[in-house]
Order: sequence, then structure tokens, then C-alpha cells
Amino acid sequence: MHIVVCIKQVPDSAQIRVHPVTNTIMRQGVPTIINPYDLFALEEALLLRDRFGGQVTVITMGPAMADTSLRKALAYGADRAVLLTDRFFAGADTLATSFALSAGIARLAEQAPVDIVFTGKQTIDGDTAQVGPGIAKRLALHQLTYVERIDRLDLDAREIVVRRRAEGGVQVLKTGLPCLITMLEGTNSIRFAGMDDMFRAARAEIEVWNAAKAGIDDVQKCGLRGSPTVVKKVFAPQPRTEAAKMIDVAGLAPGEIADAAIDTLFAADPDLHDDLRAFASGA
Amino acid sequence: MSQPPARPSPARGKPLPEHLKAYRGVWVVVEAERGHAHTVSWELLGEGRKLADELGVDLAAVVMGPPEPWLDDVCTEAGAHGADLVYRIADPVLADYRTQPFTQGLTALVEAHKPEILLLGATTLGRDLAGSVATTLATGLTADCTELAIDMETRSMASTRPTFGGSLLCTIHTLNFRPQMATVRPRVMAMPKRRDDAAPKIVDHPLDLAEDDIVTKVLDYVLDRDDDKPRLAYADIVVAGGLGLGSPENFRLVVELAEVLGAEYGGSRPLVQKGWIPADRQIGQTGKTIRPKLYIAAGISGAVQHRVGTEGADMILAINTDPKAPIFEFATYGIIGDALQILPALTNAFRTRLTALKGAA
Repeated sequence: MHIVVCIKQVPDSAQIRVHPVTNTIMRQGVPTIINPYDLFALEEALLLRDRFGGQVTVITMGPAMADTSLRKALAYGADRAVLLTDRFFAGADTLATSFALSAGIARLAEQAPVDIVFTGKQTIDGDTAQVGPGIAKRLALHQLTYVERIDRLDLDAREIVVRRRAEGGVQVLKTGLPCLITMLEGTNSIRFAGMDDMFRAARAEIEVWNAAKAGIDDVQKCGLRGSPTVVKKVFAPQPRTEAAKMIDVAGLAPGEIADAAIDTLFAADPDLHDDLRAFASGA
Repeated sequence: MSQPPARPSPARGKPLPEHLKAYRGVWVVVEAERGHAHTVSWELLGEGRKLADELGVDLAAVVMGPPEPWLDDVCTEAGAHGADLVYRIADPVLADYRTQPFTQGLTALVEAHKPEILLLGATTLGRDLAGSVATTLATGLTADCTELAIDMETRSMASTRPTFGGSLLCTIHTLNFRPQMATVRPRVMAMPKRRDDAAPKIVDHPLDLAEDDIVTKVLDYVLDRDDDKPRLAYADIVVAGGLGLGSPENFRLVVELAEVLGAEYGGSRPLVQKGWIPADRQIGQTGKTIRPKLYIAAGISGAVQHRVGTEGADMILAINTDPKAPIFEFATYGIIGDALQILPALTNAFRTRLTALKGAA
């Protein structure tokens, strides 16, 4: 079985800072990590490989330094790593990203047919959840998003049964292979990578593919050129003209502060008082 | 889409290609599943109405589902929430949501009737469908918008969304492709007023797809138990905590206040990332967007993504030790103080008053 896991190297969002004067992102010194949602996809792929045999290939599109995340994935146990990097890929929106990744996966499939493509449910920097469905559509893979569990995989019958999170419940879906699964968070936890694994991964080969090597003839479909969306401006939200009215707490004990706050709230919204009265009398 | 700050694009400044000028009208895909329409669809019709009026075009709802009476009700409701017309695909293969038949149906409708704007809810269904359809049509799709507007100069939609993990906002256009697609999360847009006299025109469209041609089958649908799901998005009062609580144990102070008020409770994104609270209790753009009458935020600094997810609240009471915390820029009332002391004091004071109210009732 051949499983491909798409990952993305993202800035650790907890550490992003905005320059207070220029409102630009201060990228310097922000550590990068594998998009945390992708780790659930990677672990699920590794679990399937451990059970059914075969290999797991990780692929990412990004700058040359994204090889750090691929090495990390190798340390966790992936068998092969491919980095799609080319100046033509820069500035890609989700449509252009799914184009490049699909080309890379199609190239991998020529070497060994792909049974399942995994992605995380979304990234933490873009939060769009659009690249997974984009890849599924381009490669005609059966699309399974927000999967919380794989119930059954039958390689002989080429069938898979999964539980997919829907709005008011969980769908149990059966479909054929090859398929694309976007894995929900909290479904597993990534295995431990020890020092030996790290050393092995540090020496491993990362295959670096440019557009031509990924089999892309038409670079107009890549990166900025291939992106239908255009970012017109990036800005910090305007502070509201009225900031919060501060409740005067000078010299007050917590109990007195609470009373002052509740008086303020009830005065501002008499309905709130009525709602709470209804709640208090068990309505 | 981790878009870098605004940069020159080869597509900018060019007029809309001639063949795309035929695209007219604003569409909202109504999410109807298992007999119910998701309220995000009505919220989108409210927003779509404004866009359509500004462009001087019709607002249409797309309703896809099985040929059952409830689907007719959904069409009527779409009219009541502002749709001038409804494009309906009623087919047994649409009984449950599946990517392939819904993608094929929506794609065929778009190609036949050519809308300039196509909006969907940013739900598990809407995101699954939007990603597939946008790729099929090779057009632009902007996720999780918090504001939609029309730039009349280019007749294009300006879609604003948080970016860079919610620290900034960005405005995105799809200039040279149609339709312009966007998703919006539930509760971000206000619910429009119902009008009962509406009689939308209904345009039926066939779906040329047999069940045998669909590989994916729905074996079962396990309904969520109502009582184990937080109802944050629809709660009248919400109490939430942030990192200012100091430790996961202190989160109980939030829960206790919520219990006294009959409120829902939640927390900011860092609490979910640290594993203090489950993901379905996350409040903010990347978690649940809330629109309560009263929101009490304790020990939350108020990052942009938290702000856009809570600004719909009628009243926000913020408690923070830091007078410079951004939350005081958008809260209604502020208390500079330690949440660990103020929360239990509020719990006690509310309990005392509620007991008094009960006695009076």
C-alpha cells in the first residue's frame, strides 16, 4: 500500500507578533512547526502502514527551508519525503497550491500507485480547509473530509469505511480507493521520535522537485500567476471609537466590584434582569 | 491560504474578460440536510440581499436535496429570508450529503445560470462542497469571511477575513474569474428579518446522475446527542476564560459562574492548544462565533481572531489585570482586576441576587 501525506510547514502562530507601528508581521525569529493538524493525518497513515504494510511518502510545497518539517516527518517514521520548491510556486493561493501538490502526487503515483492521500483538516495559518478537497477533485480521488475514525480498510476489495463529522452527527461512509482523507484533530496522537530516529532522519535524502521535475508543463497555473484570488490589503482592525467603559474598582473588595458590575449590566440591559429572573424561577 | 501581505499581481488592474461579464446575480447555497436547513444559510441570505441590492441583481438560493415535502418547505423558507428565486435540484441521490453528487449538481447550476457571487456556510458540509466546486470551476474561494462588500469600480466582491493565525485582517478579491466564491462561519452575519409574504420563483434543474454511478455510500448517520454538545453559538449568556486564569484547575471558576447564570462556557484559543478545554468550547473566529446578549471574558487578552468571533455580542464585560489588554478596546465594560478573584465574587453576587429574584417571583 502506498500512502501520501501532505504536510505544511507553518509559523508557530502562538509566537507571531505584529509590529506595533507598521502593522506588518514580524517573521524574524518565529519558529516553524509542522501544521499541528497534519500530525493526526501522518500518525493515521503510519498506523495503517504498520498494519497493512507498504510505504508512507510525505510531500510538501514550500521554500527550501521546509525540509526541516519533512525531516521531522521522517523521524516519526515516514519512508520517503518530497519537497516541491520552485520560484514559480511562490504566492500560491489554495487553487494553485492544490495544483502543484496534485502534480507531485501524480508523479509519485507513476512510480507506485497511490491508495490513500491524507491531509490535516486545515492549516493553522490559513485555516481554509480548501487544499484537501482541491487535490481530491484534481486527482479524482473519493473525497472524505473531517474523518474522525477509519472503521475498516479492505485492500483486496479496495474499500474503506470511515466516520465523518457532519454538522448534527456523524456519517458512516463507505467508498472505494484511491481516496483522500482529511483527518480530524484529536483522533490519535503522534508517536514518539527518539534520538536514533532524529539522527536517521537527519541523514536521510529529501527529494527536491522543481516544477519540471513534478511534471508541471504549465507554470502559469502555479503560484501567484495561477491564483485567482488577489490579496488587496492586509490591516490591523480599527480600534472602536468607544473603548470599554471601565468600572471604577479603586479601593473596592472583589465582592463590591462584583456588585458594581452587576448593577452596571442590569442598568444597561433591563431584559437581562428579566431573563435571569425567568431562569431563577426555573423557566 | 497563508497569504503574504499585499503584493502586485499580474491579474490586477485588467478589466473583467468579456466572457465573464455574463455572470450576474448573487447565490447562496442553502445547506439542507436530513430534513433541516442550517441557520447559517438564512444568515447568508441576509448578507447576500445587501450585496445583490448594491449590484442591482437578483438574490437566488440553491436548494439541493431529495424530492420530499420538507425540501419544498426549505424553498419557502429561503424566500422568507430574502431569496428572489430558488434553484432547486430534487433527486433521490441527494438524500444525504455526499461530495460527488452535490459538486456535480452545483457545478451544473453555476454553468447553466452563471452567478457572479456564490456564498456557502463554513460548515463541514459547506467547506467540503466549496473546495470541490471551486476547483472544478477553477475560480477563487475565500474561506471564513467576516465581512463582504462590493467594490463598484471593479464590480468585484471584497472578502475580508482574519489572516496570520488571526493577528491581522486581509481583504481578498477574485478579479478575473467568476463566480467569486466565499464561505462564512455560522453566526458571523446577523439573521435577517423573516417576511412571510414572499413567493420566490422556483427554477427546477435536473441532476443527471444515477445512484449506481456514485461510489460513496452512506451506511449510517449517528445523530449527536443534544446534551453533550455545547450550544455556544446560540447561547444568550456566555462566560469564557483565557490564559489569565493561570492554570487548568482554575477554569472551574468559569464553569461555576456559567452554571449560576444558566450560561454556556468556553475559552480562548490558547486554552484549547494547551489542552485545558476541548476544541468544541473554543470561542473566536477559529472556534465558535457567538452572538449572546451578555459575554463575560475573564483573563482573555482579546486577539483579533477572538475579537471577530465575539463582536456580535450585545454586551461584553471584560476582566483583565492588564489595562492595556486589547479586549478593553472592544468590550462594553471593563474591570481591571484578577479574574481569579472577580469570577468567584461574581458567582456569589449573582447567586445572591438570583435567590432574591426567585423569592420575589
